Amino acid sequence: MTAAGATRTAAEAARAAGTPPGPPTAAPAASAAATGLVPAGDFDAVVVGAGPAGSAAALVLARSGKRVCLLERGPYPGSKNMYGGVVYPRILDGLLLDWWEDAPVQRWVTRRATMTLTDDQALTIDFRTESWGRPPYNGATALRPEFDAWLAAKAVDAGAVLVTSTTATGLLRDRPGGAVTGVSTDRPDGDLRAGIVVACDGVNSFLAKQAGLHGPVDPANYTLGAKEVLAVPARTIEERFGLGPDQGADFEIIGCTGAIPGGGFLYTNRDSLAIGVVLHLPALATAGVRPEELIAGLKAHPAVAPLVAGGELVEYSAHLIPEGGYDMMPALAGAGILVAGDAAAMCLAAGIWLEGVNFAIASGMAAGEAAAAALAAGDVSERGLAGYRRRLQDSFVLQDHRRLRHAPHLLLSERVQQRYPQLACDIVEDLFTVTNPEPKPGMRRLVRRQVTASGVRLRDLAADTWRALRTFG
Amino acid sequence: MSAGAVGSPGAPGTPTAARTAAGTSAGAGIAAPAARSTPAATAGGPGATLPVAFEDRMATVDFRVSPQAHITVDGDACRGCTTRACVTACPANLFVPTADGGILFNYEQCFECGTCYLVCDTAGAVTWRYPEGGHGVAYRRS
Repeated sequence: MTAAGATRTAAEAARAAGTPPGPPTAAPAASAAATGLVPAGDFDAVVVGAGPAGSAAALVLARSGKRVCLLERGPYPGSKNMYGGVVYPRILDGLLLDWWEDAPVQRWVTRRATMTLTDDQALTIDFRTESWGRPPYNGATALRPEFDAWLAAKAVDAGAVLVTSTTATGLLRDRPGGAVTGVSTDRPDGDLRAGIVVACDGVNSFLAKQAGLHGPVDPANYTLGAKEVLAVPARTIEERFGLGPDQGADFEIIGCTGAIPGGGFLYTNRDSLAIGVVLHLPALATAGVRPEELIAGLKAHPAVAPLVAGGELVEYSAHLIPEGGYDMMPALAGAGILVAGDAAAMCLAAGIWLEGVNFAIASGMAAGEAAAAALAAGDVSERGLAGYRRRLQDSFVLQDHRRLRHAPHLLLSERVQQRYPQLACDIVEDLFTVTNPEPKPGMRRLVRRQVTASGVRLRDLAADTWRALRTFG
Repeated sequence: MSAGAVGSPGAPGTPTAARTAAGTSAGAGIAAPAARSTPAATAGGPGATLPVAFEDRMATVDFRVSPQAHITVDGDACRGCTTRACVTACPANLFVPTADGGILFNYEQCFECGTCYLVCDTAGAVTWRYPEGGHGVAYRRS
């Protein structure tokens, strides 16, 4: 079993750091660096969490010649990670040459659709382009146990020491309240000391909380993602979604979560579909309906059911999303510690843009660069690490987040969730319903009639339109 | 914590029989959610996928169960709780109300998402940490 190394000390494990038992298709490479050349337990940097943020940070640090330990609590990278299903890999161009030649991609997304659902209507904006199916590509469906293991292997190739099946249990400090000097782990003699800790320990980030970098935790900043992976033959997927052999589709859905603010998604893997819902936690807590019931409802919708018909459930999963974005971010640096990825709420949930892995990778890269610079300068104080925030401010990471900081609030609002999907569908139904022998109504009259019938006040509609323009414009 | 009071089937020191990757639920001690199917799916019409019993749903997931529980629940705190948010919000359906007003919980098929402690509004009722390294959920196709 996976506990084979459980009686080893953290130092021994770091020294041995052999190939961890990976998922069937993923084979993280054993590393030339894991040969004992690195004095065990003595690292320049410990990166906690071998997700996209952590592996990117470890890769950058290793490349700059730093001794890096990449700590992962799961038996293999990606084993604890779940997401909707699409990676937007442009950020990899600056990290890995021709990454698409060996990245474990399921399908290249060439079709993106946004569906607005009511109980028995669907309004879909559907876009496709062949160009996204050619290098350098735009988006890809990928399975996290494969993708995360692949990226972690790149860090290992660069010299990082990957230690799996090891949970970081707390921060070490030079004195109470002082600078962070490493992490304790659940291995015997499990302390790992290092010049700097990069906390990429995910949405619950106990390390960033222990470091005092997070404010009070508010459930309103989180959504729960729950999904089903349904086995469907590749040919069937291509026929149903109108795709070529390597092409994929990405459907974002609103109006499918009942009284709970949120949304849904449907993505195509090679021979499976990923379908799921994202649910605002405070409403989920009181709504009295369970996540899998909402997924079942989505699968039964007349616009969705034919797409998923016959799909056999092969994995059910769930994960929290730091939905609140910019306004929920912790302090990004403290003495001896940086926070990146979901641990720093870098995931972008802005309606038409649902991106996380690219933000995690970019923040991890920035953390790696800032950490390497601080180590080289011999100053890992909060001030010495200020370059991390500067790097993020200069990149899309904080620029997008700051610009879209009001988007999560707007998108989870009652009108956007409950009223507008119905209103939009009713307007279009009215538009396309032939009323002979009555003549066609003018567009203005038609819209006015439906807005009145919806009970939405014009003042609110105008205010929301203005807010949307200001947020997305 | 008071494991006895809340009737945890997997209290520390009393591990249930280790489950295989196939996830047989023998010894889970929670019968109620296992038989539950998803009502909306059964009403899905001709195009719908087959309804899946909750037990079968969880059997699709690989759990490497630790003998140590990583969730603890304070039964006394739960008894005064009226919202019971964990019961419907937990995607793995690990929290089940008991007739005497307590909460029965199971840590073994936990997704480690954190929903339970975030939705819980009774201070200190749910204590949650990561399972020991190498244990817990191990996704393969997420």
